[in-house]
Amino acid sequence: MTTPILEIRNLHARIEDREILKGVNLIIPPGEVHAVMGRNGSGKSTLSYVLAGKEDYEITEGEVLLDGENLLDMDPSERAAAGLFLAFQYPIEIPGVATMTFLKAAMNAQRKARGEGELSTPDFMRAVKTAGTDLHIDTEMLKRPLNVGFSGGEKKRAEVLQMALLQPKMCILDETDSGLDIDALQVVSKGVNALRAANRSMLVITHYQRLLNHIVPDVVHVFSDGRIVESGDKDLALQLEAKGYADFDGAAA
Amino acid sequence: MADYDDIPTLKENIDRATVDSVLALDVDKYKYGFETAIESDMAPKGLSEDTVRFISAKKNEPQWMLDWRLEAYRRWLTMTEPTWAKVHYPKLDLQDMYFYAAPKSSPAPKSLDEVDPALIAMYDKLGVPLREREILAGVERPNVAVDAVMDSVSVVTTFREELSKVGIIFCSISEAIREYPELVQKYLASVVPVSDNYYATLNSAVFTDGSFVYIPKGVRCPMELSTYFRINEKKTGQFERTLIIAEADSYVSYLEGCTAPMRDENQLHAAVVELVALENAEIKYSTVQNWYPGDKDGKGGIYNFVTKRGDCRGDNSKISWTQVETGSAITWKYPSCILRGDGSRGEFYSIAISNGYQQVDSGTKMIHLGKNTSSRIIAKGIAAGFSDNTYRGQVSAHAKAKGARNFTQCDSLLIGDKCGAHTVPYIESRNGTAVFEHEATTSKISDDQMFYCQQRGLSEEEAVALIVNGFVRDVLQHLPMEFMVETQKLISISLEGSVG
Repeated sequence: MTTPILEIRNLHARIEDREILKGVNLIIPPGEVHAVMGRNGSGKSTLSYVLAGKEDYEITEGEVLLDGENLLDMDPSERAAAGLFLAFQYPIEIPGVATMTFLKAAMNAQRKARGEGELSTPDFMRAVKTAGTDLHIDTEMLKRPLNVGFSGGEKKRAEVLQMALLQPKMCILDETDSGLDIDALQVVSKGVNALRAANRSMLVITHYQRLLNHIVPDVVHVFSDGRIVESGDKDLALQLEAKGYADFDGAAA
Repeated sequence: MADYDDIPTLKENIDRATVDSVLALDVDKYKYGFETAIESDMAPKGLSEDTVRFISAKKNEPQWMLDWRLEAYRRWLTMTEPTWAKVHYPKLDLQDMYFYAAPKSSPAPKSLDEVDPALIAMYDKLGVPLREREILAGVERPNVAVDAVMDSVSVVTTFREELSKVGIIFCSISEAIREYPELVQKYLASVVPVSDNYYATLNSAVFTDGSFVYIPKGVRCPMELSTYFRINEKKTGQFERTLIIAEADSYVSYLEGCTAPMRDENQLHAAVVELVALENAEIKYSTVQNWYPGDKDGKGGIYNFVTKRGDCRGDNSKISWTQVETGSAITWKYPSCILRGDGSRGEFYSIAISNGYQQVDSGTKMIHLGKNTSSRIIAKGIAAGFSDNTYRGQVSAHAKAKGARNFTQCDSLLIGDKCGAHTVPYIESRNGTAVFEHEATTSKISDDQMFYCQQRGLSEEEAVALIVNGFVRDVLQHLPMEFMVETQKLISISLEGSVG
């Protein structure tokens, strides 16, 4: 059997005294796109932060393997270099740092961590230009400080641009559709779909079905009260949209 | 292809070789902590009239200069150390210091060949671009002239011939006193009076060397003038004296950068820099200061008590100070502008970084005297570790300064929770037409910013360096190319160990 890109076993996590993840189990094989749906406050975003290694959470139980390696032993930058990428729901502003500068710093930091040499400027520029064109990102935007004064659409496109350049194994998209109008949603989805590949998996976190019309998942999971309570194919998302989450609230009990 | 990712705005006229040689400068964390064994010709320990006479005699100075020094010394005896700055340090025992030390084997060398090889080797280690070698090898036209100062005596002055073709004088102050006494007598202490403050008066009595620049009327200096200072002798205070005069319609850009060997005792540095800009003249003065800040427990390190002031004496003249302060245990420094000429303009761009137990009290004064004078202050303070970082600034408009304008922006960034950032602005206006604006912010690097950067693969230190470089970007852009590249590296080095 091929090693899953992501394997989560009985993951429990808390913030201060409050347990938020209460035994998450999830296996994502290479090349698959899984969606996690759930109402606000169900712990979906916490799952993404815990996987990326945000300090605020304490893992009390369970383990996570990224392509067979113990993810929870790594610090956030090591996880990134190992191939984990989180597209943030609310991308953070970095004043004074041109988007271009940030991209280069991130790519070179990951290359360094993997023992590779720095990217030459012409190679870097070529890569950025190629990836940027499909996402409608021009040189002007790349000169602006990262996420500072960006519109909702620009922020999400910049996230996908980073994903395209960093070539992760495992992409986590946290509410990527939030703050997007329909045109922007199409551009962003197209960018994400272009990154689907046999050796790359994705976890798409959302509470609206509409994103999944654009990024069609292989598997849909319903998240409620800190765990996955139901899994199915893409039709499960349509069911949820029609009936709401109420049917699943008791399922975990 | 434009390499605009690292450098916000590339200045024009920057020769590729300059960029390369600056890039080659390896700004490693205090690797400059070594001593060079060069025999010194020292004055006896302590400060007295005899010390002053000894220094003056060593310099072959004319009688008027000795008299001037002695008068300063007598004034100084009546003065006391200022205590208003937010810095704390054990009292200095001036009688336990040497006030003069000079490398013995270098009586005004005419070329590199005459210079003590140990000195050249030392500059090699420092990466000082003494590019005589390139010229000898016929590589290219240089565009940085270096007046290298080590232990108070100018050792090599390069490219003077090229400068003298257009009438520019760039030499040590000692030489200027001997060769151009009328210029020195006219301008010395005309900006910073002998009795200006305790340290400036002390400097007047015992200054040993420094640079002298004279740009004649209508001349645009064809290269950036640069001086590298270095403190090398045990317990030797450094008292440089720099005087720059820009005649009407002239322009000069001057760079000052410093490193010092590692020491386990405090070293005093009290320089005086005076700038005079006549009608329509412009002087741009840039400093990168990374003297030894003391060890991680706050022991040792340089005390830096500097008086820097520019006089926009002519109408429509302009003086611009840009400073990057990363070193010294104590920094007490307020590069200022007297805006005397109508329509004159003063600028102050500052990056002050403190880490460990460093204490920085720095800022500027913009004194508006003439009509329609304007000034701009952008100060960025970054405090980490256990350090204290104070911006202290004064903006004033006198009754005749109709239409004076000032814009001040002071931003402080805190890293960690054991450091302090303070902003102390003084604003005075004696006429109703002056418009002064003051903006100040204090922020911390947020956990979210750190997490975001780390999620993209940056280590904690790389993330801090990137965020801080972004924070100081408005000021970095005002640095000459040579310093901009070096400064970006220096910022990372200065903040090493500030997180985690």
